Amino acid sequence: MLRFVLRRLIQMVGVVLVLSVLVFVWLRSLPGGPVSALLGERGTPERRAALEKALGLDQPLPVQYLRYMERAVQGDFGVSTKVLPGEDALDIFFARLPATIELSFFALVIAIALGIPLGYLAARRKGTPLDTTTVIFSLVGVAVPVFFTGFLLKYFFAVEWNLLPVSGRQSTGLDATRVTGLFVLDGILTREWDAAWDALKHLVLPAVALATIPFAVIFRITRASVLDVLDEDYVRTAEAKGLTAQVIRGRHVLRNAILPVVTTVGLQVGALLSGAVLTETVFSIRGIGDALATAFRDKDYPVLQVLIIAAAAIYVLVNLLVDIAYAVIDPRIRTR
Amino acid sequence: MTPKRTMASLTAALIAAATLASCAESDRDAGDGGGGGDDGTFIFGAAGAPEMFDPFYATDGETFRVTRQMFEGLLGIEPGSAEVVPELATEWTPNEDGTEWTFTLRDDVTFHDGEPFNAEAVCANFERMFDQNEAGQVAGEYWGYVMGAFANDPDNSLYQSCEATDEFEAVVTISGPTSGFPTMLTLESLSMQSPKALEEGDANGIAAEGEGFSFPDYANNPVGTGPFTFGEYDEANGTISLERNDDYWGDAAKVSELVFRVIPDESTRRQELEAGSINGYDLPNPVDWNALEESGNSVEIRDAFNILYLGFNPDTNPQLQDLKVRQALNIAINREQLVQTQLPEGAEVATQFMPKTVSGYNTELQAPEYDPERAKELLAEAGAEGMTLTFAYPTEVSRPYMPDPQKLYEALRTDLEAVGVNVEVKTASWNGGYLDNVTAGKYDAYILGWTGDYDSPFNFIGTFFGNLKENDFGTSAMPWGQQLADDLKAADAIVDEEERSAAFEEINAQIMEEYLPGLPISHSPPALVVGPGVEGVIPSPLTAEEFDTVSVGGE
Repeated sequence: MLRFVLRRLIQMVGVVLVLSVLVFVWLRSLPGGPVSALLGERGTPERRAALEKALGLDQPLPVQYLRYMERAVQGDFGVSTKVLPGEDALDIFFARLPATIELSFFALVIAIALGIPLGYLAARRKGTPLDTTTVIFSLVGVAVPVFFTGFLLKYFFAVEWNLLPVSGRQSTGLDATRVTGLFVLDGILTREWDAAWDALKHLVLPAVALATIPFAVIFRITRASVLDVLDEDYVRTAEAKGLTAQVIRGRHVLRNAILPVVTTVGLQVGALLSGAVLTETVFSIRGIGDALATAFRDKDYPVLQVLIIAAAAIYVLVNLLVDIAYAVIDPRIRTR
Repeated sequence: MTPKRTMASLTAALIAAATLASCAESDRDAGDGGGGGDDGTFIFGAAGAPEMFDPFYATDGETFRVTRQMFEGLLGIEPGSAEVVPELATEWTPNEDGTEWTFTLRDDVTFHDGEPFNAEAVCANFERMFDQNEAGQVAGEYWGYVMGAFANDPDNSLYQSCEATDEFEAVVTISGPTSGFPTMLTLESLSMQSPKALEEGDANGIAAEGEGFSFPDYANNPVGTGPFTFGEYDEANGTISLERNDDYWGDAAKVSELVFRVIPDESTRRQELEAGSINGYDLPNPVDWNALEESGNSVEIRDAFNILYLGFNPDTNPQLQDLKVRQALNIAINREQLVQTQLPEGAEVATQFMPKTVSGYNTELQAPEYDPERAKELLAEAGAEGMTLTFAYPTEVSRPYMPDPQKLYEALRTDLEAVGVNVEVKTASWNGGYLDNVTAGKYDAYILGWTGDYDSPFNFIGTFFGNLKENDFGTSAMPWGQQLADDLKAADAIVDEEERSAAFEEINAQIMEEYLPGLPISHSPPALVVGPGVEGVIPSPLTAEEFDTVSVGGE
């Protein structure tokens, strides 16, 4: 098991290295750049050249890359040019990470808490109105873009019915203490219950909006997987043995049906990260997605490099965790 | 996982949380529920986060909107206009040749840190701005832009020296007279900051680091003289809070707290306003103006201080070197219709390359009459019927002078095609190469514009045509390019204001009647919107609203 984990970690380093070259070259091959973003209409050729030189962008690409790597191995990934000028790009990543983790976590909880039970129920009651309704509902979840779902949620729940806040992470003037940057957890840890409750209320709409796609995927995979398992001989055997329905469901159906679902959940982390870009923008959440959108618009190379590579690393890491979870659930994988 | 193991993990998680909870202490002050006082809070929805809080190195509107509430310049702008008025200086007089300016200062001003504001502080500020290291010279963009150079290159610098001749009298020497001085002292970047705080925070300690600049501590601990003091920047929550300066020399701000909330998405800003969680935001989409008014908000339309133009590049397309061709294109465009159908209420047809609020505006110039038939004739006379034009517009951008570039472009393109011009559509995103391509002369024609920095004719037409080598209109390819640049510089150096305005009026007429280096199209008024109960917002043509006069419902 340890060797398996080690091997995967080494692979991860390789992925990150290759990706760093690709991202570096790709960003610089895009038209425009930080100089345009910084100078706007005021950029004369002379001032553009001065800024390019100051930022080291007048050097050939390989030289730029080597300089970047030279600093990067010392833990210096450069400073932001526009997202938060002067701030260390890596610090921006860590400062923005909690918001995205909090949002993705709640979205994933919603997606799993609804997707697995509903998928199971839909499979058990295949062909009934419950099955049809949930299938249609999940299809809509996949088909409607996040910004539109977000807009509708905000319109009804925040503007029309005034039940929840429109956007942001916490109300202004709340004077909340920050510990981990996960606002709900911070409120609980410091026993500032009003702050925790306020942060939780802010999370509901964006988490629901972000959860729609993972929910739909988890729901459909669970449904299909349970349907497959229900047809298996061992289920029929268990029924013939006279086992109670509860034992059959728990020990035979769910346990076997859950494997593909776990893989799916791992893959959904990638979907969550990309969904976060839109969700965070639409709900004014200062997370990784929002930073990515700003950095991309303003061509903030150092921030983009750190965020893209870190996002990829997180993705690889989460899938490693999924594989480990797999091994725990299915003993056959451990021995391979 | 079995139910037993699930329970075990849950219990473990609960224990861990409880242990952590015992180490985390609340920072809240007992009895203070947050917020800063009792006269209400004005919450403004900002489209982006500020870059930093030292206006000297800042470059964008979202930063200046925040710093403007905390800092003041020697000269100010009359709320609601572009007119220059006294702020920290009560009077300013030039010597005969306009190179030495004596500023008489207010004697009742202190900085937020308690330091006195006096002539020495003024000179310390000028010297601080002038004396920048290599990185500072690039980052101190506005100074470079208006003053030309820094201490290491004094020959090319407009600013020469500052002397405190009395406790409240400072003399600033410049290299030559220009319409921009002292008006440029209204620029947010050139605000007065506490010399002590500048020194203690190592304000000039900017350094190039990798592909960016690292800024000193001072950039996040600003100390000015304005009606609000810096409170806190809660980066994780995207809010900036400022508190009322109770020791302000003028009328104290009406609200005790001013908060800026970063809300990048325009429709979300609107929803926040409708839900009552913010009190106002900038640049509402013109299509929403009516609906916003109907739901009880008030849309405050500013006077336009900008210009949208169609730029030519006679260098890349020699047919454009013929005045007849340019004149044909000029009357081929139906500006009246464009303004009515594509631009917000209050927009106007442009008759020259500056709005009427700027000194030097020529009131006698008329908008060219739309005449497609005559345009075709002119093109035929020039032997350019059926000419091809690469004509470009930017994507992923909205500017006060062009809320929707693509729509404007389509209208212009239809007009050009109607007189037989073959338009080759070109486009690029704003930060993704559009501006680069315009500067590099890659398009025969393009749409672009300008929002003025301050009330100076040179800030408009000087920027466009005053520098022969570096301008987007390719005037160096024209026989009159040099003459125009020289005339602009000469007019700019006239000390007497009336005489100078007259000279600029004449140049404006010449540009439109003899040169026509591009086509001025329109001036478009940007708006801001505030919710019910908000009073005292004075819309500024320079989008430089000061929020100390604002009060919030019932308070």
